[in-house]
Amino acid sequence: MNIEKRIELENFALRVRERIVPLASEGGCFLGASLSAVDILTYLYTSFLKIDAQHLDDENRDYLFLSKGHDVPALYGVFVELGWLAPERLKNHLSVHDHIYWHPNRHIPGVEFHAGSLGQLPAVAIGVALEICLRKENNRVVCILGDGELNEGSCWEAFLVAHAKQLSNLIFVVDRNQFQANMATEELIPLEPLQDKCKAFGLHTYRINGHDFEQMEEIFSQLESNQGPSILICDTVRGKGLPSIEARADRWFCNFNSQEIVDLLDELHQIKQADITSQTIVAR
Amino acid sequence: MTYEQLLQEKAVNDKRYVVMTAENRALVRNLPGILQDRFIDTGITEQTMMGAAAGLALRGRKPIVHALAAFLTMRAFEFTRTSIGIPNLPVKMSSFIPGFLSDGNGPTHQAIEDVAIMRGIPGMEVFAPADEDDLVKMLPAIWETENPSYVRINTTANQYKHSIYELGKAEIVAEGKDVTILTYGFMFENSYQAMLSLQEAGYDVGLVNVRSLKPFDVDMLKALIGKTQLLVTIEDHFLTGGLFSIVAENLVVNHWSIPVKAMALDARWFRPARLQEVVEFEGFDVPNLVTSISKFIQENQ
Repeated sequence: MNIEKRIELENFALRVRERIVPLASEGGCFLGASLSAVDILTYLYTSFLKIDAQHLDDENRDYLFLSKGHDVPALYGVFVELGWLAPERLKNHLSVHDHIYWHPNRHIPGVEFHAGSLGQLPAVAIGVALEICLRKENNRVVCILGDGELNEGSCWEAFLVAHAKQLSNLIFVVDRNQFQANMATEELIPLEPLQDKCKAFGLHTYRINGHDFEQMEEIFSQLESNQGPSILICDTVRGKGLPSIEARADRWFCNFNSQEIVDLLDELHQIKQADITSQTIVAR
Repeated sequence: MTYEQLLQEKAVNDKRYVVMTAENRALVRNLPGILQDRFIDTGITEQTMMGAAAGLALRGRKPIVHALAAFLTMRAFEFTRTSIGIPNLPVKMSSFIPGFLSDGNGPTHQAIEDVAIMRGIPGMEVFAPADEDDLVKMLPAIWETENPSYVRINTTANQYKHSIYELGKAEIVAEGKDVTILTYGFMFENSYQAMLSLQEAGYDVGLVNVRSLKPFDVDMLKALIGKTQLLVTIEDHFLTGGLFSIVAENLVVNHWSIPVKAMALDARWFRPARLQEVVEFEGFDVPNLVTSISKFIQENQ
């Protein structure tokens, strides 16, 4: 990846984060889990997947299933930057007059499937990948999973089936931000050694820094030659871009006041550190 | 024609159809070789199968999915409700050994709440054919729709020759002034025999093969009001949420008044055994049905 491309992607991701931060007020959103996924979604939609929300009937297009649905602000932020979603619509967050809420809705062009119930979409992605195989086509299917989501047995059941059916067009991506809801994963349900587990399930397994576009490019460009499904474990930081909430167990669901949003946007631009006093919220 | 022959004919002639199973091949033994890659066995994974069926349907296919009724409905319930029900995808569920048909398996395998839970999913259609003849008459219309559906598969061989099926309509087997029996699925045959016995005893007895539990044939129920004195519902299902509940809901909503006797499993699982013994032990054999219904008629004279 050349340096211009990297800077372009970093700027794109920064603008996505600017879109996301204001959603963490007036009702709030799952800010931490959204910020950890921004760079992954930025890379996939700008540089890997062939998807255009204006041409979803294109038979050769790819699919992205956001199984970890509570990071939908990141998805919508990417859609805005791609020109798929009018930026004003983000102001409709949590309004009954739109479909923009804490989890994805298929009424938003580009959203492949509604999500929110963890462990649901790996199976749906398998179905789409199987159908593509029936037609002997090459469309790719990416399914984004949270690391906490891997507690759900249905993910592992899906891994077994994806391997059994040798779905070479299916790629799982884990946003490994180290937290599940209100706890560190390793304190509650340890996942490590996660690579070994995924390998043991027969998946082509990779582990990269989920905020490093060059690493993503290097690995994603290798996947095409794989026989059978792949999984990329992307190490990320929950709340990435906002040091005052980064990697904090208590900043999963965030609902800040308007001054805090202003301060956090300053923090995002490295102008000054935000002073966050809003209470932490245990959402589950 | 058998279930498998019908399915084969449909799937061979229409490439939209995909046959899936969670390693329950009893109904579809010969199809893997015939359908090749359109026969998809996901192994013992009801959840993944239902999710994958949603994915296949998203891309335009019509999956006909097979598993044991208890696991198809309950293990995979949220996948069905969330991945198939919310987007209303045309996934067609074929549930094997529902109700008493799980005979000696025990309560783990007893799907006797399946009607209740499946009809709770908006858009989901629910059907229960009386026997194999009824099944093959009903399925083409059921598979034709673009809604998800749940079918209590019943390949019992009976003598009765059913009428042509019209989607969502019940089959009126007989009209009767004294009492009308409403039933569905496996309990049809014993209900039919009970009707014949009661008629021989001098009662004027009607019988309805409900066929479609959702949509429910309200016109059929309306036509009974004022024409028959009593209703009896007979089902191999829990008392709550099945046919008795459906009838009760429709009577209340429409302000229709008629005495109804429910014959169902009242908050209990049935005793596992050979099928005939189950039916007798639980009081759903012909003599028991006749006794219960005669008593009900006499109480209301």
